[in-house]
Amino acid sequence: MTSEPRPLVELTVDGTPVWVPEGASLLEACRAAGVGPPTLCYLDGLTPANACRACVVELDGSRPLVASCSRQAEDGMVVTATSERVEHSRRLVLELLASAVDLSTAEPQLRRWLEEYGVAPERYGPPAPAVDGTAERPRPGHHAQPDGEHAATQAQPAKLDNDLYVRDFSKCILCYRCVEACGVDAQHTFAIAVAGRGFDATIATEYDAPLPDSACVFCGNCIAVCPTGALMFKSEHELRAAGEWDEERQTITTTVCPYCGVGCNLELHVQDNEIVKVTSPSDHSVTGGHLCIKGRFGFQHVQALEDGEE
Amino acid sequence: MEVHRLPTPASAEERAAVDALLGPPPAPDAEGGPGRSETGRPQQAREERQLLLPALHAVQDAIGWISAGALGYVCERLRVPPAEAYGVAESYALLSTRERPPRVAHLCDDIVCRNAGADALTAEVARALEGDEGATWEPSPCLGVCERAPTALLQIAAGEDRVLAAAEAPAVLAGLRDEAGGEASEAAASAPQTAEPRADGLRLLSRVGLVDPASLEDYRAHGGYEALRVALERGPRWVIDELNASRLLGRGGAAFPAGRKWADVASAEARPRYIVCNADESEPGTFKDRVLMEHDPFALIEAMTIAGVTTGAEHGYLYIRREYPLATARLEGAIARAEAAGMLGEDVLGSGLRFTVEIRRGAGAYICGEETALFNSIEGYRGEPRNKPPYPTQAGLFGKPTLVNNVETFVNVPSIVLEGGAAFAATGTEGSTGTKLFCLAGSVARPGVYEVPFGATLRELIALAGGVDGGGEPQAVLLGGAAGSFVTVAQLDLPLTFEDARGADVSLGSGAVTVFGESVDLADATRRIAAFFRDESCGQCVPCRIGTVRQEEALHRLAGANGNAGEEIAILGDVARAMTDASICGLGQTAGIAVQSAIDLGLLEREGSTP
Repeated sequence: MTSEPRPLVELTVDGTPVWVPEGASLLEACRAAGVGPPTLCYLDGLTPANACRACVVELDGSRPLVASCSRQAEDGMVVTATSERVEHSRRLVLELLASAVDLSTAEPQLRRWLEEYGVAPERYGPPAPAVDGTAERPRPGHHAQPDGEHAATQAQPAKLDNDLYVRDFSKCILCYRCVEACGVDAQHTFAIAVAGRGFDATIATEYDAPLPDSACVFCGNCIAVCPTGALMFKSEHELRAAGEWDEERQTITTTVCPYCGVGCNLELHVQDNEIVKVTSPSDHSVTGGHLCIKGRFGFQHVQALEDGEE
Repeated sequence: MEVHRLPTPASAEERAAVDALLGPPPAPDAEGGPGRSETGRPQQAREERQLLLPALHAVQDAIGWISAGALGYVCERLRVPPAEAYGVAESYALLSTRERPPRVAHLCDDIVCRNAGADALTAEVARALEGDEGATWEPSPCLGVCERAPTALLQIAAGEDRVLAAAEAPAVLAGLRDEAGGEASEAAASAPQTAEPRADGLRLLSRVGLVDPASLEDYRAHGGYEALRVALERGPRWVIDELNASRLLGRGGAAFPAGRKWADVASAEARPRYIVCNADESEPGTFKDRVLMEHDPFALIEAMTIAGVTTGAEHGYLYIRREYPLATARLEGAIARAEAAGMLGEDVLGSGLRFTVEIRRGAGAYICGEETALFNSIEGYRGEPRNKPPYPTQAGLFGKPTLVNNVETFVNVPSIVLEGGAAFAATGTEGSTGTKLFCLAGSVARPGVYEVPFGATLRELIALAGGVDGGGEPQAVLLGGAAGSFVTVAQLDLPLTFEDARGADVSLGSGAVTVFGESVDLADATRRIAAFFRDESCGQCVPCRIGTVRQEEALHRLAGANGNAGEEIAILGDVARAMTDASICGLGQTAGIAVQSAIDLGLLEREGSTP
């Protein structure tokens, strides 16, 4: 995009000299050195949320570890991306998340990291029973005393309050991606934000209003950036519930959205001759992965109706 | 940006509360829709957004809770998306987005109060309020009046917040039923060295108990505003040179050289620049800043003014926790009087320089004492820490160069200006110059704020406070509050300096010295500290958000029948290490330290605390 090449800065990562453009992050420097750390909240195209802390590295001169996604590379920096100290924090981040959050539908890469780092979430105790749907979120600054046995989790019923998508916060790792996609990084709708505090913090509309009553415009860009399946097409949610979701049986057809002249690329995920999900490539020059409600959800007209359906 | 409108309208009272702060709404436009003052400029959006927390306070104060209608009206007026405003409101313990009785007693059950009768007080208040629809109670973290524990904060809709200490159930209940009764505040009860005969060598406490905190004349009669006059006469470079010569280190916990911060802001290119006073004193066991602000409020305002004219900042924010209503009222009075006398405002002391101070109240969130979370709180965002760098001196409040200092740090400045940096540095030690305020509380005969030169030992300090309750030696001392560490009798001769503390792998932190006598259950105190961090984590980063939960759970397993001590200790060690190493901010980085020190010192292994 820039007309002139940016000057390079030189630093070392695990002893290997690397050169990255001025303004690049330590994450880019690590990747350039071939030691890409795990990233959960980071997503190309979104402002780094600096929240998951999985991508931490040692930086000479800094007492705590630094999140490589959120730190600019500078000339002469000495970075250690592979060490027992770094691995410990990364493992704990993954293990703590696995102990509190249902990661069963998370991105394959995330689940691979859980294995690679050998997490043992069961050591924190048996998961506490799920709260029922009517339980209020604890007020900030207050929580029930632990029972001396169970590990608190995010388990809670999924929110089904609209026809297009499902919000299951038992799967939410609070990566902030959906908030950013709904807000300044893409949609500028600001329908959701983080509410509550600490372990009880959650993504919410104002007063936890159902999505149709909120500012939500159902663009589905939050689903597109969600790494864990906490936000999901209703079609995918229902197929999974019925045990019929099968990515092996799906084809992906690339096409251009027919609704207006912008020319957004669509990827139609089709299973058994039905569109089950619509995405757009995150590196697409027009969409950056983002769509509007029509491109994302307006595909019913191409599906054959069963006999007797209107 | 169009603001989503909520379905329920605000009541007349709710609108009135918001309008009282923001002024009447602009006239409706031709279509009868909400009026628009002006559109679009980022500067204006920022100006509006930073009124979010004051507007939420206004509704909370008037009504007792923040309804969807009221929040919607605030959002319309300030053009803030309702989801974001809700997220902000739902991050503060002293704001309620759920309907509740208009009168609430917040009863402290933190490390000091729980060993000073908080349980009995709570039980009695709870019993009396059963079935009462007009009043209720809640447990609270440290309210910062540990020298007169137990403490209660009364939050009364359409009334005034009030603190009771030492709180007794009849007074709490009477306070909840009517608004009679003022807040007791006697200097000698909070700072025993100021009782007659006054201790020698008091500098920070020099005026405490001697001046009328409501009188500018009295303050001036005791040497007040002399330092500002000198600072204006000698100029910024001289002030910063003296500050550097004084080797004053920040008293907020990080011990950063104050002169360097001042110099960095003074030489920053971007404008405007800001002064921020961090008066969000929320570290459990800490109350020194409160005592300074209650009894010598002009000293802080004068020091902030010196900072303003020295660094070229024209506006200062004084961010004080809502739990300190008396200090807030006295500072408001001091600002008004200083403005009226030309000590603040468009032309400070006839210098032609402008400096104003605005008070911002916190709303019950320890995290907002972290400087970048504090900036976010002022700006109208959730109190979540920012990534550093950039540091505040480069990009702080509103992204501008900002000098942020703790109350005690500021209050050191006037005497440095008056006597010179070298003279100041003659007190204390090579690495820790000047005097330090310590907050003695818990099992000591005369709890309170004590001022000693750096280098005094822990033993001397405890002796100054009348020794351990009932004589003998303490079981343990918590140094630096919940974010600090336990020390035992073996370390009582530790000289209290930054360098000695560092050498002993402890921290002076906020200056809290919480003493635990023989009868105190230290495992219980440790669990309370763990519960505190679980409550106060903002939730932004994983190590702290989930780590603080697992830490508390492991301590409870350790105390009960379900724990395998070895496994629990291993979990606590693993979690603490990740929190210390990988959390974004100081809260998470220190959330495991006290617990680890308790384990290392064997404090959890006493009879009755572990199986």
